[in-house]
Amino acid sequence: MDLAALTLSVELAGLTTAILLVVGLPLAWWLATSRWKAKFLVEAVVALPLVLPPTVLGFYLLTGLGPRSPVGRLFEAAAGHPFPFSFAGLLVASVLYSTPFAVQPFAGALAGVDRRLIEASHALGVSPLATFFRVTLPLAWPGVLAGAILTFAHTLGEFGVVLMVGGNIPGRTRTLSVAIFDHVESLEYAAAHRTAGLLLAISFVVLALVYALQRRPLFRWNER
Amino acid sequence: MERALTFDVVRRFRRGPVVSARASWSLESAPVTVLFGPSGSGKTTVLRALAGLDRPDDGAITFAGETWFDAARGVHVPPQARGVGLLFQEYALFPHLSVAANIAYGLRRLPRHVRESRVDEMAQRFAVADLAARRPGQLSGGQRQRVALARALAPRPRLLLLDEPLSALDAPTRETLRGELRRLLEHAGVPAVVVTHDRTEALALGDRLAVLIDGVVRQVGPVHEVFSTPRDAEVARGVGTENVVPARLVGRIDGLVKVRAGEAELTAVDPGGIDDEVFACIRAEEVVLEPAEGGLTSARNALRGTVASLAVEGPLVRVSLECGFRLVALVTRPAAAQLGLAAGRPLTALVKAQAIRLVPRG
Repeated sequence: MDLAALTLSVELAGLTTAILLVVGLPLAWWLATSRWKAKFLVEAVVALPLVLPPTVLGFYLLTGLGPRSPVGRLFEAAAGHPFPFSFAGLLVASVLYSTPFAVQPFAGALAGVDRRLIEASHALGVSPLATFFRVTLPLAWPGVLAGAILTFAHTLGEFGVVLMVGGNIPGRTRTLSVAIFDHVESLEYAAAHRTAGLLLAISFVVLALVYALQRRPLFRWNER
Repeated sequence: MERALTFDVVRRFRRGPVVSARASWSLESAPVTVLFGPSGSGKTTVLRALAGLDRPDDGAITFAGETWFDAARGVHVPPQARGVGLLFQEYALFPHLSVAANIAYGLRRLPRHVRESRVDEMAQRFAVADLAARRPGQLSGGQRQRVALARALAPRPRLLLLDEPLSALDAPTRETLRGELRRLLEHAGVPAVVVTHDRTEALALGDRLAVLIDGVVRQVGPVHEVFSTPRDAEVARGVGTENVVPARLVGRIDGLVKVRAGEAELTAVDPGGIDDEVFACIRAEEVVLEPAEGGLTSARNALRGTVASLAVEGPLVRVSLECGFRLVALVTRPAAAQLGLAAGRPLTALVKAQAIRLVPRG
Protein backbone atom coordinates (compact mmCIF):
# COMPACT_ATOMS: atom_id res chain seq x y z
CA MET A 1 0.00 0.00 0.00
CA ASP A 2 1.23 3.43 -1.01
CA LEU A 3 0.65 5.35 2.22
CA ALA A 4 1.96 8.63 0.83
CA ALA A 5 -0.54 8.39 -2.05
CA LEU A 6 -3.40 7.66 0.37
CA THR A 7 -2.49 10.65 2.58
CA LEU A 8 -2.20 12.91 -0.44
CA SER A 9 -5.56 11.76 -1.84
CA VAL A 10 -7.35 12.33 1.45
CA GLU A 11 -5.66 15.73 1.85
CA LEU A 12 -6.61 16.77 -1.66
CA ALA A 13 -10.19 15.55 -1.30
CA GLY A 14 -10.59 17.17 2.12
CA LEU A 15 -9.23 20.54 1.01
CA THR A 16 -11.26 20.47 -2.21
CA THR A 17 -14.41 19.79 -0.19
CA ALA A 18 -13.62 22.56 2.28
CA ILE A 19 -12.98 25.07 -0.50
CA LEU A 20 -16.15 24.08 -2.31
CA LEU A 21 -18.18 24.48 0.88
CA VAL A 22 -16.89 28.03 1.23
CA VAL A 23 -17.12 28.99 -2.44
CA GLY A 24 -19.87 26.64 -3.59
CA LEU A 25 -22.50 27.49 -0.97
CA PRO A 26 -22.78 31.16 -1.92
CA LEU A 27 -22.79 30.20 -5.59
CA ALA A 28 -25.48 27.59 -4.95
CA TRP A 29 -27.48 30.09 -2.94
CA TRP A 30 -27.30 32.54 -5.78
CA LEU A 31 -28.34 29.86 -8.27
CA ALA A 32 -31.25 28.84 -6.05
CA THR A 33 -32.59 32.35 -5.48
CA SER A 34 -31.58 34.56 -8.42
CA ARG A 35 -34.19 35.58 -10.95
CA TRP A 36 -31.62 36.83 -13.41
CA LYS A 37 -32.62 35.93 -16.96
CA ALA A 38 -29.17 34.74 -18.07
CA LYS A 39 -28.77 32.48 -15.03
CA PHE A 40 -28.92 29.41 -17.29
CA LEU A 41 -25.52 30.38 -18.69
CA VAL A 42 -23.94 30.15 -15.24
CA GLU A 43 -25.76 26.87 -14.62
CA ALA A 44 -24.31 25.50 -17.86
CA VAL A 45 -20.79 26.57 -16.91
CA VAL A 46 -21.15 24.94 -13.48
CA ALA A 47 -22.31 21.69 -15.10
CA LEU A 48 -19.53 21.65 -17.75
CA PRO A 49 -17.15 19.34 -15.86
CA LEU A 50 -19.87 16.67 -15.90
CA VAL A 51 -19.58 16.29 -19.67
CA LEU A 52 -16.12 17.61 -20.44
CA PRO A 53 -13.25 15.11 -20.77
CA PRO A 54 -10.82 15.79 -17.91
CA THR A 55 -8.09 16.25 -20.47
CA VAL A 56 -9.82 19.34 -21.85
CA LEU A 57 -9.91 21.01 -18.46
CA GLY A 58 -6.36 19.86 -17.76
CA PHE A 59 -5.14 21.22 -21.07
CA TYR A 60 -6.68 24.64 -20.52
CA LEU A 61 -5.33 24.79 -16.99
CA LEU A 62 -1.82 23.91 -18.18
CA THR A 63 -1.85 26.50 -20.92
CA GLY A 64 -3.76 29.14 -18.94
CA LEU A 65 -1.79 28.82 -15.72
CA GLY A 66 1.46 27.37 -17.07
CA PRO A 67 4.84 29.11 -16.63
CA ARG A 68 4.46 30.92 -19.93
CA SER A 69 1.10 32.54 -19.15
CA PRO A 70 0.88 35.86 -17.23
CA VAL A 71 -1.15 34.30 -14.43
CA GLY A 72 1.28 31.41 -14.24
CA ARG A 73 4.23 33.80 -13.96
CA LEU A 74 2.47 35.64 -11.14
CA PHE A 75 1.84 32.32 -9.39
CA GLU A 76 5.45 31.29 -9.76
CA ALA A 77 6.67 34.63 -8.41
CA ALA A 78 4.40 34.30 -5.39
CA ALA A 79 4.70 30.60 -4.64
CA GLY A 80 8.30 30.01 -5.72
CA HIS A 81 7.47 27.11 -7.99
CA PRO A 82 5.51 26.72 -11.22
CA PHE A 83 1.80 25.99 -11.10
CA PRO A 84 1.74 22.66 -12.99
CA PHE A 85 2.97 19.55 -11.21
CA SER A 86 2.41 21.14 -7.78
CA PHE A 87 -0.12 20.40 -5.05
CA ALA A 88 -1.62 23.86 -5.51
CA GLY A 89 -2.16 23.12 -9.19
CA LEU A 90 -3.77 19.83 -8.28
CA LEU A 91 -6.05 21.57 -5.83
CA VAL A 92 -7.23 24.21 -8.32
CA ALA A 93 -7.90 21.51 -10.91
CA SER A 94 -9.82 19.36 -8.41
CA VAL A 95 -11.95 22.26 -7.20
CA LEU A 96 -12.92 23.19 -10.74
CA TYR A 97 -13.56 19.62 -11.76
CA SER A 98 -15.68 18.82 -8.67
CA THR A 99 -17.73 22.02 -8.74
CA PRO A 100 -20.96 20.46 -10.12
CA PHE A 101 -20.77 17.62 -7.60
CA ALA A 102 -20.91 20.18 -4.81
CA VAL A 103 -22.93 23.05 -6.24
CA GLN A 104 -25.78 21.06 -7.76
CA PRO A 105 -26.76 19.19 -4.57
CA PHE A 106 -26.21 22.39 -2.56
CA ALA A 107 -28.50 24.38 -4.85
CA GLY A 108 -31.13 21.63 -4.77
CA ALA A 109 -31.08 21.50 -0.98
CA LEU A 110 -31.20 25.29 -0.59
CA ALA A 111 -34.01 25.64 -3.14
CA GLY A 112 -35.98 22.99 -1.23
CA VAL A 113 -36.31 25.24 1.81
CA ASP A 114 -39.80 26.74 1.97
CA ARG A 115 -39.62 30.28 0.62
CA ARG A 116 -42.17 31.45 3.17
CA LEU A 117 -39.87 30.56 6.06
CA ILE A 118 -37.25 32.85 4.57
CA GLU A 119 -39.78 35.61 4.03
CA ALA A 120 -41.09 35.17 7.58
CA SER A 121 -37.53 35.64 8.80
CA HIS A 122 -37.11 38.82 6.74
CA ALA A 123 -40.37 40.21 8.08
CA LEU A 124 -39.11 39.53 11.62
CA GLY A 125 -36.28 41.94 10.92
CA VAL A 126 -33.52 39.42 10.22
CA SER A 127 -31.12 40.24 7.36
CA PRO A 128 -30.82 37.93 4.34
CA LEU A 129 -27.34 36.75 5.42
CA ALA A 130 -28.42 36.00 9.00
CA THR A 131 -31.51 34.27 7.61
CA PHE A 132 -29.23 32.04 5.56
CA PHE A 133 -27.39 30.87 8.67
CA ARG A 134 -30.38 30.74 11.00
CA VAL A 135 -33.04 29.21 8.72
CA THR A 136 -31.87 28.13 5.27
CA LEU A 137 -28.70 26.26 6.18
CA PRO A 138 -30.09 24.41 9.24
CA LEU A 139 -32.99 23.16 7.12
CA ALA A 140 -30.93 22.36 4.02
CA TRP A 141 -27.94 20.82 5.71
CA PRO A 142 -28.64 17.12 5.01
CA GLY A 143 -28.50 18.01 1.31
CA VAL A 144 -25.42 20.14 1.85
CA LEU A 145 -23.76 17.29 3.71
CA ALA A 146 -24.63 14.88 0.90
CA GLY A 147 -23.06 17.28 -1.60
CA ALA A 148 -19.92 17.58 0.52
CA ILE A 149 -19.54 13.80 0.83
CA LEU A 150 -20.09 13.39 -2.89
CA THR A 151 -17.42 16.00 -3.59
CA PHE A 152 -14.98 14.26 -1.29
CA ALA A 153 -15.57 10.89 -2.95
CA HIS A 154 -15.40 12.29 -6.44
CA THR A 155 -12.11 14.05 -5.77
CA LEU A 156 -10.71 10.88 -4.21
CA GLY A 157 -11.41 9.00 -7.43
CA GLU A 158 -10.32 11.77 -9.80
CA PHE A 159 -7.72 10.65 -12.32
CA GLY A 160 -7.50 12.45 -15.65
CA VAL A 161 -7.19 16.04 -14.48
CA VAL A 162 -4.88 15.00 -11.66
CA LEU A 163 -2.52 13.23 -14.03
CA MET A 164 -2.54 16.07 -16.54
CA VAL A 165 -2.04 18.95 -14.15
CA GLY A 166 -0.20 17.18 -11.37
CA GLY A 167 1.73 14.47 -13.12
CA ASN A 168 3.01 11.61 -11.01
CA ILE A 169 5.42 12.87 -8.36
CA PRO A 170 5.41 10.56 -5.31
CA GLY A 171 4.39 12.42 -2.13
CA ARG A 172 3.58 15.61 -4.06
CA THR A 173 1.06 14.87 -6.78
CA ARG A 174 0.78 11.09 -6.87
CA THR A 175 -2.75 10.28 -5.67
CA LEU A 176 -4.32 6.83 -5.16
CA SER A 177 -5.87 6.69 -8.61
CA VAL A 178 -2.59 7.67 -10.25
CA ALA A 179 -0.78 5.08 -8.12
CA ILE A 180 -3.09 2.36 -9.46
CA PHE A 181 -2.32 3.44 -13.02
CA ASP A 182 1.37 3.30 -12.14
CA HIS A 183 1.10 -0.19 -10.59
CA VAL A 184 -0.69 -1.59 -13.61
CA GLU A 185 1.81 0.01 -16.01
CA SER A 186 4.64 -1.71 -14.15
CA LEU A 187 2.66 -4.98 -13.85
CA GLU A 188 2.48 -4.82 -10.01
CA TYR A 189 -0.98 -6.39 -9.95
CA ALA A 190 -1.01 -7.22 -6.23
CA ALA A 191 -0.35 -3.59 -5.27
CA ALA A 192 -2.92 -2.42 -7.84
CA HIS A 193 -5.47 -4.82 -6.29
CA ARG A 194 -4.94 -3.45 -2.79
CA THR A 195 -5.27 0.18 -3.84
CA ALA A 196 -8.20 -0.44 -6.19
CA GLY A 197 -10.00 -2.46 -3.51
CA LEU A 198 -9.54 0.35 -1.01
CA LEU A 199 -10.93 2.97 -3.42
CA LEU A 200 -13.85 0.71 -4.28
CA ALA A 201 -14.70 0.20 -0.63
CA ILE A 202 -14.47 3.92 0.21
CA SER A 203 -16.56 4.88 -2.81
CA PHE A 204 -19.26 2.36 -1.96
CA VAL A 205 -19.49 3.42 1.67
CA VAL A 206 -19.68 7.07 0.68
CA LEU A 207 -22.42 6.54 -1.90
CA ALA A 208 -24.40 4.37 0.51
CA LEU A 209 -24.12 7.21 3.01
CA VAL A 210 -25.35 9.78 0.50
CA TYR A 211 -28.40 7.70 -0.42
CA ALA A 212 -29.15 6.94 3.22
CA LEU A 213 -29.05 10.68 3.95
CA GLN A 214 -31.56 11.33 1.23
CA ARG A 215 -33.87 8.55 2.31
CA ARG A 216 -34.06 9.06 6.01
CA PRO A 217 -34.29 12.57 7.36
CA LEU A 218 -31.71 13.19 10.03
CA PHE A 219 -34.20 15.03 12.17
CA ARG A 220 -37.93 15.08 12.44
CA TRP A 221 -38.18 18.63 11.18
CA ASN A 222 -36.51 17.73 7.91
CA GLU A 223 -39.53 15.62 7.03
CA ARG A 224 -41.89 17.15 4.57
CA MET B 1 -52.78 64.69 10.88
CA GLU B 2 -54.33 61.32 11.51
CA ARG B 3 -52.03 58.32 11.17
CA ALA B 4 -53.03 56.43 8.04
CA LEU B 5 -51.98 53.61 5.76
CA THR B 6 -52.04 54.74 2.15
CA PHE B 7 -51.10 52.59 -0.78
CA ASP B 8 -51.13 52.57 -4.54
CA VAL B 9 -49.79 49.22 -5.64
CA VAL B 10 -49.30 48.60 -9.34
CA ARG B 11 -48.04 45.23 -10.53
CA ARG B 12 -48.09 43.90 -14.03
CA PHE B 13 -48.01 40.17 -14.58
CA ARG B 14 -47.15 38.56 -17.85
CA ARG B 15 -50.26 36.46 -17.54
CA GLY B 16 -53.39 37.55 -15.74
CA PRO B 17 -54.72 40.99 -14.94
CA VAL B 18 -52.82 44.07 -13.88
CA VAL B 19 -53.08 44.88 -10.21
CA SER B 20 -53.63 48.57 -9.61
CA ALA B 21 -54.94 48.86 -6.10
CA ARG B 22 -55.12 52.15 -4.25
CA ALA B 23 -56.75 52.86 -0.91
CA SER B 24 -56.17 54.70 2.32
CA TRP B 25 -57.50 54.23 5.81
CA SER B 26 -56.94 55.52 9.27
CA LEU B 27 -54.79 53.48 11.62
CA GLU B 28 -56.59 54.85 14.68
CA SER B 29 -60.25 53.87 14.40
CA ALA B 30 -60.85 50.28 13.30
CA PRO B 31 -58.28 47.69 14.39
CA VAL B 32 -58.86 45.05 11.72
CA THR B 33 -59.19 45.76 8.01
CA VAL B 34 -60.14 42.85 5.78
CA LEU B 35 -58.82 42.86 2.24
CA PHE B 36 -61.60 40.91 0.62
CA GLY B 37 -61.98 39.59 -2.89
CA PRO B 38 -62.19 36.46 -5.03
CA SER B 39 -59.00 34.49 -5.66
CA GLY B 40 -56.86 36.13 -8.31
CA SER B 41 -58.13 39.60 -7.43
CA GLY B 42 -54.72 40.75 -6.21
CA LYS B 43 -55.19 40.58 -2.44
CA THR B 44 -51.97 38.71 -1.80
CA THR B 45 -50.08 40.98 -4.21
CA VAL B 46 -51.13 43.98 -2.12
CA LEU B 47 -50.28 42.23 1.14
CA ARG B 48 -46.82 41.22 -0.07
CA ALA B 49 -46.19 44.76 -1.27
CA LEU B 50 -47.21 46.11 2.14
CA ALA B 51 -44.84 43.66 3.82
CA GLY B 52 -42.03 44.67 1.46
CA LEU B 53 -41.55 41.11 0.20
CA ASP B 54 -42.28 42.17 -3.37
CA ARG B 55 -41.47 45.43 -5.03
CA PRO B 56 -44.42 46.83 -7.01
CA ASP B 57 -43.80 47.98 -10.58
CA ASP B 58 -45.27 51.37 -9.82
CA GLY B 59 -47.05 53.38 -7.15
CA ALA B 60 -46.32 54.30 -3.56
CA ILE B 61 -46.95 53.11 -0.01
CA THR B 62 -46.89 55.32 3.06
CA PHE B 63 -47.45 54.24 6.63
CA ALA B 64 -48.16 56.90 9.26
CA GLY B 65 -46.37 59.51 7.18
CA GLU B 66 -43.37 57.27 6.53
CA THR B 67 -42.61 56.31 2.92
CA TRP B 68 -42.26 52.55 2.55
CA PHE B 69 -42.26 52.53 -1.20
CA ASP B 70 -42.17 55.17 -3.89
CA ALA B 71 -41.54 54.09 -7.46
CA ALA B 72 -41.01 57.65 -8.68
CA ARG B 73 -38.26 58.31 -6.13
CA GLY B 74 -36.88 54.77 -6.22
CA VAL B 75 -37.60 54.19 -2.53
CA HIS B 76 -38.15 50.64 -1.33
CA VAL B 77 -37.81 50.03 2.39
CA PRO B 78 -36.86 46.36 2.91
CA PRO B 79 -39.20 44.19 5.04
CA GLN B 80 -36.63 44.16 7.87
CA ALA B 81 -37.01 47.91 8.37
CA ARG B 82 -40.80 48.19 8.13
CA GLY B 83 -41.71 46.75 11.49
CA VAL B 84 -44.54 44.57 10.23
CA GLY B 85 -45.71 41.31 11.73
CA LEU B 86 -46.57 38.73 9.10
CA LEU B 87 -48.76 35.69 9.45
CA PHE B 88 -48.69 33.25 6.56
CA GLN B 89 -51.42 30.89 5.46
CA GLU B 90 -49.77 27.83 6.99
CA TYR B 91 -48.07 29.93 9.66
CA ALA B 92 -44.52 29.21 8.41
CA LEU B 93 -43.15 28.40 11.85
CA PHE B 94 -39.47 27.44 11.81
CA PRO B 95 -39.62 23.65 12.03
CA HIS B 96 -36.10 23.29 13.47
CA LEU B 97 -36.73 25.64 16.38
CA SER B 98 -38.72 25.18 19.57
CA VAL B 99 -41.83 27.24 20.25
CA ALA B 100 -39.81 29.51 22.55
CA ALA B 101 -37.06 29.95 19.94
CA ASN B 102 -39.68 30.71 17.30
CA ILE B 103 -41.15 33.47 19.45
CA ALA B 104 -37.66 34.79 20.26
CA TYR B 105 -36.55 34.69 16.62
CA GLY B 106 -37.14 38.36 15.84
CA LEU B 107 -35.69 39.58 19.15
CA ARG B 108 -31.96 39.02 18.55
CA ARG B 109 -31.11 42.66 18.95
CA LEU B 110 -32.65 42.97 22.40
CA PRO B 111 -30.54 42.39 25.51
CA ARG B 112 -30.92 38.89 26.81
CA HIS B 113 -33.04 39.55 29.90
CA VAL B 114 -35.46 41.74 27.92
CA ARG B 115 -35.68 39.07 25.27
CA GLU B 116 -36.43 36.33 27.77
CA SER B 117 -39.08 38.28 29.60
CA ARG B 118 -40.68 39.25 26.27
CA VAL B 119 -40.85 35.61 25.21
CA ASP B 120 -42.41 34.67 28.54
CA GLU B 121 -44.89 37.50 28.25
CA MET B 122 -45.95 36.50 24.72
CA ALA B 123 -46.13 32.81 25.60
CA GLN B 124 -48.39 33.64 28.54
CA ARG B 125 -50.59 35.94 26.53
CA PHE B 126 -51.11 33.42 23.76
CA ALA B 127 -51.44 30.46 26.13
CA VAL B 128 -48.48 28.55 24.72
CA ALA B 129 -46.20 28.70 27.79
CA ASP B 130 -46.65 24.97 28.38
CA LEU B 131 -45.51 24.24 24.84
CA ALA B 132 -42.30 26.30 24.97
CA ALA B 133 -39.99 23.32 24.44
CA ARG B 134 -42.03 21.65 21.68
CA ARG B 135 -41.35 21.83 17.98
CA PRO B 136 -43.99 23.15 15.55
CA GLY B 137 -44.46 19.61 14.17
CA GLN B 138 -45.92 18.56 17.51
CA LEU B 139 -48.57 21.31 17.67
CA SER B 140 -52.23 21.38 16.68
CA GLY B 141 -53.55 23.91 14.15
CA GLY B 142 -54.84 26.20 16.86
CA GLN B 143 -51.58 26.09 18.80
CA ARG B 144 -49.63 26.86 15.65
CA GLN B 145 -51.81 29.86 15.01
CA ARG B 146 -51.19 31.18 18.50
CA VAL B 147 -47.44 30.60 18.29
CA ALA B 148 -47.31 32.32 14.89
CA LEU B 149 -49.17 35.32 16.31
CA ALA B 150 -46.90 35.42 19.35
CA ARG B 151 -43.84 35.28 17.08
CA ALA B 152 -45.17 38.02 14.80
CA LEU B 153 -46.15 40.30 17.70
CA ALA B 154 -43.07 39.73 19.91
CA PRO B 155 -40.92 42.39 18.18
CA ARG B 156 -43.81 44.87 18.71
CA PRO B 157 -44.66 45.48 15.04
CA ARG B 158 -46.54 48.59 13.94
CA LEU B 159 -48.75 46.69 11.51
CA LEU B 160 -49.89 43.09 11.44
CA LEU B 161 -50.49 41.38 8.10
CA LEU B 162 -52.36 38.08 7.85
CA ASP B 163 -52.64 36.07 4.65
CA GLU B 164 -55.72 33.79 4.67
CA PRO B 165 -55.04 32.95 8.30
CA LEU B 166 -57.68 30.22 8.63
CA SER B 167 -57.61 28.54 5.24
CA ALA B 168 -55.04 25.92 6.22
CA LEU B 169 -57.35 24.47 8.87
CA ASP B 170 -60.08 21.86 8.59
CA ALA B 171 -63.66 23.15 8.82
CA PRO B 172 -64.47 22.43 12.49
CA THR B 173 -61.16 23.88 13.71
CA ARG B 174 -61.71 26.90 11.51
CA GLU B 175 -65.08 27.58 13.14
CA THR B 176 -63.58 27.63 16.64
CA LEU B 177 -60.43 29.53 15.73
CA ARG B 178 -62.28 32.29 13.90
CA GLY B 179 -63.69 33.63 17.14
CA GLU B 180 -60.39 33.15 18.93
CA LEU B 181 -58.46 34.99 16.23
CA ARG B 182 -60.85 37.93 16.39
CA ARG B 183 -60.31 38.22 20.14
CA LEU B 184 -56.53 37.97 19.76
CA LEU B 185 -56.50 40.62 17.04
CA GLU B 186 -58.65 42.95 19.13
CA HIS B 187 -56.25 42.66 22.03
CA ALA B 188 -53.10 42.83 19.94
CA GLY B 189 -53.18 46.61 20.05
CA VAL B 190 -51.76 46.78 16.52
CA PRO B 191 -53.71 47.63 13.36
CA ALA B 192 -54.11 44.51 11.25
CA VAL B 193 -54.77 43.76 7.60
CA VAL B 194 -56.32 40.37 6.90
CA VAL B 195 -56.51 38.90 3.42
CA THR B 196 -59.39 36.52 2.81
CA HIS B 197 -61.78 35.35 0.12
CA ASP B 198 -64.16 33.90 2.69
CA ARG B 199 -67.25 35.97 3.48
CA THR B 200 -67.82 34.47 6.91
CA GLU B 201 -64.19 35.10 7.80
CA ALA B 202 -64.41 38.69 6.60
CA LEU B 203 -67.53 39.29 8.69
CA ALA B 204 -66.15 37.60 11.78
CA LEU B 205 -62.69 39.17 11.74
CA GLY B 206 -63.00 42.60 10.22
CA ASP B 207 -64.05 46.03 11.38
CA ARG B 208 -63.41 47.53 8.00
CA LEU B 209 -63.69 45.94 4.60
CA ALA B 210 -61.73 46.77 1.47
CA VAL B 211 -63.18 44.97 -1.53
CA LEU B 212 -60.70 44.11 -4.24
CA ILE B 213 -61.97 43.04 -7.67
CA ASP B 214 -59.73 42.47 -10.69
CA GLY B 215 -56.83 44.17 -8.99
CA VAL B 216 -58.74 47.34 -8.08
CA VAL B 217 -60.00 48.40 -4.64
CA ARG B 218 -63.68 49.05 -5.30
CA GLN B 219 -65.00 49.99 -1.91
CA VAL B 220 -63.70 50.63 1.59
CA GLY B 221 -65.95 50.98 4.60
CA PRO B 222 -67.28 49.42 7.80
CA VAL B 223 -67.86 45.70 7.24
CA HIS B 224 -71.63 45.58 7.53
CA GLU B 225 -72.01 48.79 5.54
CA VAL B 226 -70.08 47.39 2.57
CA PHE B 227 -72.06 44.17 2.75
CA SER B 228 -75.44 45.90 3.04
CA THR B 229 -74.87 48.83 0.70
CA PRO B 230 -72.39 47.79 -1.95
CA ARG B 231 -71.40 50.70 -4.17
CA ASP B 232 -72.08 48.88 -7.43
CA ALA B 233 -73.28 45.57 -8.83
CA GLU B 234 -69.76 44.16 -9.02
CA VAL B 235 -69.08 44.79 -5.36
CA ALA B 236 -72.52 43.39 -4.57
CA ARG B 237 -71.63 40.23 -6.48
CA GLY B 238 -68.23 40.18 -4.83
CA VAL B 239 -69.59 40.32 -1.31
CA GLY B 240 -72.55 38.12 -2.22
CA THR B 241 -74.96 38.76 0.61
CA GLU B 242 -77.37 41.67 0.34
CA ASN B 243 -78.47 41.76 3.96
CA VAL B 244 -75.86 41.84 6.69
CA VAL B 245 -77.49 43.23 9.80
CA PRO B 246 -75.76 43.76 13.15
CA ALA B 247 -77.82 41.97 15.77
CA ARG B 248 -77.74 41.03 19.44
CA LEU B 249 -78.57 37.68 20.97
CA VAL B 250 -81.85 37.66 22.89
CA GLY B 251 -82.44 34.01 23.69
CA ARG B 252 -82.26 30.38 22.65
CA ILE B 253 -85.03 27.80 22.34
CA ASP B 254 -85.00 24.30 20.83
CA GLY B 255 -81.94 24.80 18.65
CA LEU B 256 -83.21 28.17 17.48
CA VAL B 257 -81.80 31.57 18.38
CA LYS B 258 -83.65 34.81 18.77
CA VAL B 259 -81.71 37.93 17.92
CA ARG B 260 -82.67 41.59 17.89
CA ALA B 261 -81.85 43.44 14.67
CA GLY B 262 -82.73 47.09 14.86
CA GLU B 263 -86.36 47.22 16.00
CA ALA B 264 -87.17 43.74 14.77
CA GLU B 265 -86.67 40.33 16.29
CA LEU B 266 -85.41 37.48 14.12
CA THR B 267 -85.47 33.74 14.62
CA ALA B 268 -82.61 31.77 13.12
CA VAL B 269 -81.11 28.31 13.37
CA ASP B 270 -78.40 28.22 16.06
CA PRO B 271 -75.05 27.88 14.26
CA GLY B 272 -73.23 27.35 17.58
CA GLY B 273 -70.31 29.36 18.78
CA ILE B 274 -72.14 32.67 19.01
CA ASP B 275 -72.73 34.86 21.98
CA ASP B 276 -74.16 38.35 22.20
CA GLU B 277 -72.95 40.25 19.12
CA VAL B 278 -73.68 38.72 15.70
CA PHE B 279 -74.30 39.60 12.09
CA ALA B 280 -77.53 38.21 10.64
CA CYS B 281 -77.00 37.44 6.94
CA ILE B 282 -80.00 37.05 4.64
CA ARG B 283 -79.85 36.67 0.86
CA ALA B 284 -82.35 38.94 -0.84
CA GLU B 285 -83.77 36.11 -2.97
CA GLU B 286 -84.70 34.18 0.19
CA VAL B 287 -87.14 36.90 1.26
CA VAL B 288 -90.83 36.38 0.34
CA LEU B 289 -93.14 39.39 0.27
CA GLU B 290 -96.88 39.28 0.91
CA PRO B 291 -99.65 41.74 1.71
CA ALA B 292 -99.44 43.18 5.21
CA GLU B 293 -102.36 41.23 6.66
CA GLY B 294 -100.92 37.75 5.91
CA GLY B 295 -102.09 34.78 8.00
CA LEU B 296 -100.38 31.78 9.57
CA THR B 297 -97.19 30.60 7.90
CA SER B 298 -94.41 28.12 8.51
CA ALA B 299 -91.79 30.84 8.12
CA ARG B 300 -90.57 31.81 11.58
CA ASN B 301 -90.02 35.44 10.63
CA ALA B 302 -92.96 37.53 9.50
CA LEU B 303 -91.67 41.07 9.49
CA ARG B 304 -94.16 43.90 9.07
CA GLY B 305 -92.84 46.97 7.35
CA THR B 306 -93.16 49.48 4.57
CA VAL B 307 -91.43 49.73 1.22
CA ALA B 308 -88.63 52.29 1.36
CA SER B 309 -87.45 52.13 -2.24
CA LEU B 310 -87.59 50.06 -5.43
CA ALA B 311 -85.02 49.42 -8.14
CA VAL B 312 -85.63 47.41 -11.29
CA GLU B 313 -82.81 45.02 -12.19
CA GLY B 314 -83.70 43.28 -15.45
CA PRO B 315 -86.52 40.84 -14.76
CA LEU B 316 -86.17 41.41 -11.02
CA VAL B 317 -87.01 44.20 -8.63
CA ARG B 318 -84.83 45.02 -5.65
CA VAL B 319 -87.10 46.08 -2.83
CA SER B 320 -85.82 47.93 0.21
CA LEU B 321 -88.09 47.37 3.14
CA GLU B 322 -88.16 49.26 6.44
CA CYS B 323 -89.19 46.63 8.98
CA GLY B 324 -87.33 47.54 12.13
CA PHE B 325 -84.12 47.36 10.12
CA ARG B 326 -83.44 47.83 6.44
CA LEU B 327 -84.12 44.55 4.58
CA VAL B 328 -83.45 43.99 0.88
CA ALA B 329 -85.69 41.55 -0.99
CA LEU B 330 -85.36 40.43 -4.59
CA VAL B 331 -88.67 39.60 -6.32
CA THR B 332 -89.74 39.19 -9.95
CA ARG B 333 -91.29 42.10 -11.82
CA PRO B 334 -94.71 40.41 -12.25
CA ALA B 335 -94.76 39.69 -8.51
CA ALA B 336 -93.95 43.32 -7.74
CA ALA B 337 -96.74 44.43 -10.08
CA GLN B 338 -99.34 42.09 -8.52
CA LEU B 339 -98.48 43.23 -5.01
CA GLY B 340 -98.71 46.84 -6.22
CA LEU B 341 -95.28 47.60 -4.79
CA ALA B 342 -94.59 51.29 -4.34
CA ALA B 343 -92.76 53.36 -1.79
CA GLY B 344 -94.73 53.58 1.47
CA ARG B 345 -96.83 50.44 0.80
CA PRO B 346 -97.20 48.25 3.96
CA LEU B 347 -96.00 44.66 3.50
CA THR B 348 -94.99 41.56 5.39
CA ALA B 349 -91.61 39.96 4.64
CA LEU B 350 -91.31 36.24 5.28
CA VAL B 351 -87.95 34.69 6.03
CA LYS B 352 -87.46 31.10 7.10
CA ALA B 353 -85.26 30.62 10.15
CA GLN B 354 -82.92 28.45 8.04
CA ALA B 355 -82.36 31.32 5.62
CA ILE B 356 -80.79 33.50 8.31
CA ARG B 357 -77.13 32.81 8.84
CA LEU B 358 -75.68 34.13 12.06
CA VAL B 359 -72.01 35.08 12.12
CA PRO B 360 -70.29 35.71 15.46
CA ARG B 361 -69.05 39.18 16.11
CA GLY B 362 -66.61 40.25 18.80
